Amino acid sequence: MSVMTYREALNMALREEMQRDPRVFLIGEEIGVYDGAYKVTQGLLKEFGERRVVDTPICESGFTGLAVGAAMVGLRPVVEMMTFNFAILALDQIVNSAAKMYYMSGGQYNVPMVIRGPGGPAHQLAAQHSQSMEVYFYHVPGLKVVRPSTPPDAKGLLKSAIRDDNPVIFIEAETLYGIKGEVPDDPEFTIPLGKAEIRREGTDVTVFAYMGMLYRALEAAEELAKAGVSCEVVDPRTLRPMDIETMIGSVRKTHRAVVVEAGAGFAGMGSEIAAFVTENAFDDLDAPVERVTGANAPMPYAKNLEQAKTPSKEKIIAAIRRVCHA
Amino acid sequence: MTKMGEGQGTSSTGSAPPGQLSRQRLLHLYRVMATIRRFEEVACQLLVDGKIPATLHASIGQEAVAAGVCEALEPADLIVTNHRGHGHCIAKGVDLKAMMAELMGKASGTNRGRGGSMHIADPAQGILGANGIVGGGIPIAVGAAYACRARESGQIVVCFFGDGAANEGGCHEAMNLASLWELPILFVCENNQYAEMTPQRVHTRVKDLSVRAGAYDMPGASVDGNDVVAVYAAVEAAVRRARAGGGPMLIECKTFRVRGHFEGDPQRYKTAEEVARWKEKDPLTLLKTSLTGPGGIPAGELEAIQQEIESAVREAVAFAEAAPLPSPDEVLTHVYAGA
Ligand SMILES: Cc1ncc(C[n+]2csc(CCOP(=O)(O)OP(=O)(O)O)c2C)c(N)n1
Ligand SMILES: [Mg+2]
Repeated sequence: MSVMTYREALNMALREEMQRDPRVFLIGEEIGVYDGAYKVTQGLLKEFGERRVVDTPICESGFTGLAVGAAMVGLRPVVEMMTFNFAILALDQIVNSAAKMYYMSGGQYNVPMVIRGPGGPAHQLAAQHSQSMEVYFYHVPGLKVVRPSTPPDAKGLLKSAIRDDNPVIFIEAETLYGIKGEVPDDPEFTIPLGKAEIRREGTDVTVFAYMGMLYRALEAAEELAKAGVSCEVVDPRTLRPMDIETMIGSVRKTHRAVVVEAGAGFAGMGSEIAAFVTENAFDDLDAPVERVTGANAPMPYAKNLEQAKTPSKEKIIAAIRRVCHA
Repeated sequence: MTKMGEGQGTSSTGSAPPGQLSRQRLLHLYRVMATIRRFEEVACQLLVDGKIPATLHASIGQEAVAAGVCEALEPADLIVTNHRGHGHCIAKGVDLKAMMAELMGKASGTNRGRGGSMHIADPAQGILGANGIVGGGIPIAVGAAYACRARESGQIVVCFFGDGAANEGGCHEAMNLASLWELPILFVCENNQYAEMTPQRVHTRVKDLSVRAGAYDMPGASVDGNDVVAVYAAVEAAVRRARAGGGPMLIECKTFRVRGHFEGDPQRYKTAEEVARWKEKDPLTLLKTSLTGPGGIPAGELEAIQQEIESAVREAVAFAEAAPLPSPDEVLTHVYAGA
């Protein structure tokens, strides 16, 4: 184990997988000579050369489509989106090509690629640069979607994503790159996709949250513990496929569920979780599932509006109290 | 005119004959350029002071492009700009107070605090808006030109975009459409040598981006973007042509991004040599030298203009600082029109 940042854990995963498998290559904007807009690819151009760490012009649709083609012909591309907001320009290649190729070709061509980069709300970057992007992808059959909330998850899940034979959307968070944690040094350490993690055990209510909202939910849980409310906090980690077993198991124990998500609530992750909790554990529920979500508006620029748009600890606490009648 | 593209359809507009612009207009251009410079210098300092949040993309060193282009436009003409757009907005007539208030996220800002630096919009001045998505504004500008022609409004549209944006797919789709349908639009590619940290030669095969015009069978030209008179001359001719129904044109303005990609960028990727070389070509200094040269105006006249700019910018800051924040109850306001 070594203590390292989330950013360093991602870097370690990339390095190890590139050492392990010569088919893995990185492609994206400013990832080589500049070591990455957020320094996730630091040192990799130097170590692996420009055939395997490829700087591109600004052309997200072009290099994502290129990665699909390269994956079909034997390579394993890891595409960096400088931020996931720009993946919208590549959405056609991701949704219409990467996600569907295996199915459309009758199982003849699979697309082993990872598309990774920071996404989610950032600080006062406004509507086009501060948004929860996972919703655009987890609806699409054929894509796997990962949101790693801790440094060890960043390493273990990214390695699994690179080894996966399918296109994996791997959305990091600008606001988490600097957080530190213990990360296994073992180059064979991986975390399987599709496994949720219980971050805090509790008995009264299950709170589902990931990324920045996970930390806010943990703070809320800490505060509520003092008031005698015991929260179990569950991090789905992979949004598709989702670990329904662990998530339902927790609700069966606590009989209550609250979902926290940063993005707009309409048809968000909370909608999906509320639906499958209701379908699978209706008889176990003592209260309706509550969602605490971002307002249904684009992200405003002004700081006070940004705060009004984003789920606060107070709103999370209020929702938990409502379902617990506490 | 420094460099000409060789592509089919590329034509020379020649440098402006001296004296084509009256001294009064040159002084006006000086005022516009110096206002952009000062506004951005102050905004950058406000960022350091924590009064403006990151991110800020300054256009210092590129003022001649904004000023020269907008000088050739009518007030009713439209512009579409990008993440580095303060200068374009100032040259098109945005109110300094309202833009400064927007940078501070205030209710009295151009965008009522919703947009910030990367999204300045001001319909009253024909500013259709800055777009924070690289290349995102280019097809929008073509759409605006389509509407201008459909409505027979006589307006033309200028689309400002960077050398980096020229490689986005949407740029090519938009240029083909504009040329195919002979729309009244001018594509102004502000080649400031870099897309973020990547030099132009690394991201693009062609040296002069204007040669791409030939691929769409429209005229293209590359001009010295630090020479405001050359920019004006090239754009003025293109505007006349577009207004007369002659269709679009691509004008590449070669210039230099003096500051970092964003404020706070340490810029290790620039060489001392290129920084020094472009410093010699500072557009404001060049204009100042030519204005105050032999037979020119006394330097004191420019001093006086500078003083006026100083107070205008100071006033803008005071206004912005005193301006109210948007009401947090209004986070859902402006999501849907007519609601
Ligand atoms: C689609 C998209 N990709 C990437 C970015 C990140 N980004 C912002 S500005 C920029 C460079 C743009 O270069 P250029 O068009 O030359 O404009 P300049 O910054 O030099 O004015 C990049 C890559 C973005 N905003 N949008
Ligand atoms: Mg540029």
